[in-house]
Amino acid sequence: MTENLAEQLALLPEYFRGHLALTLIALVIGMVISIPLGVWAAQAPRVKRPLLTLVSIIQTFPSVAILALVVAMLGGRIGSLPAIIALVLYSMLPIVRNTVTGLENVAEEVVTAARGIGMSTRQILTKVRIPLALPVIIAGIRTAAVWTVGLATLSTLVGASSFGNYIFTGLQTRNLLAVTVGSLAAACMAVILDSLIGGIQWLAANRNTGAQTARYRAVKVLIMIGLTSVLVVSGYSLLPDRKVDLVIGGKGFTEQYIVAGAVEEVLQEAGFTTEQRLGLGSEVVFQATANNTIDVYLEYSGTVWSNLMNREDNPGREAVMSEVEAYLAAEHGMANLARLGFQNLYALAMRREQAERLGIRSISDLKPFAEGLVAGGDLEFFGRPEWISLRDTYRIDFAEKLTFDTTLMYTAIAEEQVDVIAAYTTDGRVAEFDLVILEDPLNAIPPYDGFLAVSGDAMDNRLFVETLSALAGKISDEVMRNANRLVDVENRPVTDGVRYIREALTE
Amino acid sequence: MIELQNVRKSYDGGKTFAVSDVSFRVRRGELLGLIGESGCGKTSTLKMINRLEQPSSGEILVNGENVRQQNAEQLRRNIGYVFQGIGLFPHYTVAENVCTVPELLAWPPSAVLERCRVVLELVGLAPAQFADRFPSQLSGGQQQRVGVARALAAQPELVLMDEPFGALDPITRADLQEEFKSIQRQLELTVIMVTHDMTEALLMADRIAVMNQGKVLQIGSPTELLNAPSDPYVRKLIEMPKRRADRLDQILDADSHRAERHD
Repeated sequence: MTENLAEQLALLPEYFRGHLALTLIALVIGMVISIPLGVWAAQAPRVKRPLLTLVSIIQTFPSVAILALVVAMLGGRIGSLPAIIALVLYSMLPIVRNTVTGLENVAEEVVTAARGIGMSTRQILTKVRIPLALPVIIAGIRTAAVWTVGLATLSTLVGASSFGNYIFTGLQTRNLLAVTVGSLAAACMAVILDSLIGGIQWLAANRNTGAQTARYRAVKVLIMIGLTSVLVVSGYSLLPDRKVDLVIGGKGFTEQYIVAGAVEEVLQEAGFTTEQRLGLGSEVVFQATANNTIDVYLEYSGTVWSNLMNREDNPGREAVMSEVEAYLAAEHGMANLARLGFQNLYALAMRREQAERLGIRSISDLKPFAEGLVAGGDLEFFGRPEWISLRDTYRIDFAEKLTFDTTLMYTAIAEEQVDVIAAYTTDGRVAEFDLVILEDPLNAIPPYDGFLAVSGDAMDNRLFVETLSALAGKISDEVMRNANRLVDVENRPVTDGVRYIREALTE
Repeated sequence: MIELQNVRKSYDGGKTFAVSDVSFRVRRGELLGLIGESGCGKTSTLKMINRLEQPSSGEILVNGENVRQQNAEQLRRNIGYVFQGIGLFPHYTVAENVCTVPELLAWPPSAVLERCRVVLELVGLAPAQFADRFPSQLSGGQQQRVGVARALAAQPELVLMDEPFGALDPITRADLQEEFKSIQRQLELTVIMVTHDMTEALLMADRIAVMNQGKVLQIGSPTELLNAPSDPYVRKLIEMPKRRADRLDQILDADSHRAERHD
């Protein structure tokens, strides 16, 4: 526990820097864009309606979708830029809306008086309407700030460091402490920014009645101190990151974190400086590698096969792998640098004791017993092409098919409520519950070979290619499964999984 | 000083006229009361003089110059304006409110400050006590004193007033009416004051223009209106203050008779 906490806290400076920089840059750009837009809309009724509708529509888009769309629009570019663009888009609604409302709600008689004594439209705006609308505009900025701090956690998904790294890594590797640290840190940042902007809002709202009171002066001093600290800290946050030789990418689940960790260690030992961009969406990490932002990550042949090449047939593990390689090279300039040896696919699994008693090693062996057995699958398995293919290829069906939440599915087979489950081949719980994976001699399930996908640019680096090529075939299903088990089942940190893999690599 | 020639104003493209065919002159140093019910066109007439509204037709001359040919903002800066709802800037101090127009006219700062002090004293607000307060810290009467000071700050010859004392309680209103009348005489201001209160008009105005449904029914001195109302509507308007004055006389007479018997 304390070791875990120390490990998490060691990451705090980097994530804090990233999170604050994203939030502040997005907020400042958001203000620079949204306040003038709001001012414009408040003066031009023809602009107002469409503009408010537009910013509201942006707000209704799921934030993850906005991030993915921005990455796609930037041609697969990941990191701070797409994160900031998405955050700016989200910050617009409260700022634009409050600017319009604030300006419109300035008392008509005051505006008439300003006109009547000879102020120009511009003077009325700058001397009367904006100053009087200021508390409302600041309230909008305040709302935007809190939203932005919260949404910035999602920047992790497009490869920008933030407190989201804690949350996503923690959720995927069942490290609740990491999730807690990340959530608390984000909440603290939100509260601090909220109070600070709230204080400025109070000063703005009370400047004509409270300016002479001791309380007003005290708040003013506090706000000044707060703002100065934020400025100093953000100066530190905005320092450019040091340049690294190689960027290691990864999707958001345990196996990905472990393999990325192992790849990083191997590369560092070869003398490279590296950084990790983990927890990315499948599409995002692929795009980023295709455009050379990421140099290497763990990909699966079946994912490329079905999601990118849109293939449904299954010509066998080797054929799929070589067609995938040809596709990656031709379409994206990418390469398979090392096929690691394990596959992460749906497979049928049984309790070892029962399988041995019945003499079952493969799905063909299972067939004669199937009608007397109960099968369990996760919520989608019996509707997926993998099951349809299994059923049709082996002409197999079970007495009963039950669906479970994944965790409950493993409990169910351990307690003998079901006899066969659809597991992931590298799931740590397969080892935990002493299950055996049944072979698939007819290749009914498309292969999901784990391999190191590498960007075109990185392929030109000979030392890099040599270093990682050596990993080919080094990680078996069992090694991967055991490493996953350490993290998923025994709640050990990812670094323990990485160490386990490294031992297998050096053998 | 001011001349309106056949001024008309329509807000619906000529179907109806809020102001129809209004012509009158106001002499230098004169206070003209513009009286009528709400919607009679008196405020529209006032607003056309400093171009807050544009006449649909007709001409308005200020000091012999057609207002149409002048920059609207420059014109307004040279005409004092006291607003119905007071219209002080809530985020400005009293001094900042008063100084607005001289500052718009880019007076030198020392002149602005000096002028601010002078006009605040003129309207009966001690600068040391009031200059740094905000409007929300003042009573209604004090606020309208600031409104008057702001209108006078740039030393205009002409001041337009739109029901300036309407929102004040009767005692404050009476005080301000008297004080403003003496300021107006002292500075020889030319004033057009819109009001719906005939008593106010009778007590303050040199001449009164009675408006109804966009037209001026009669224009004349208070005495002329009291003695020779030319129109039933004018008579009706005059009737009320006259009746009140008569009734007050009776009460006072009765009182003095009682007092005599006691002696």
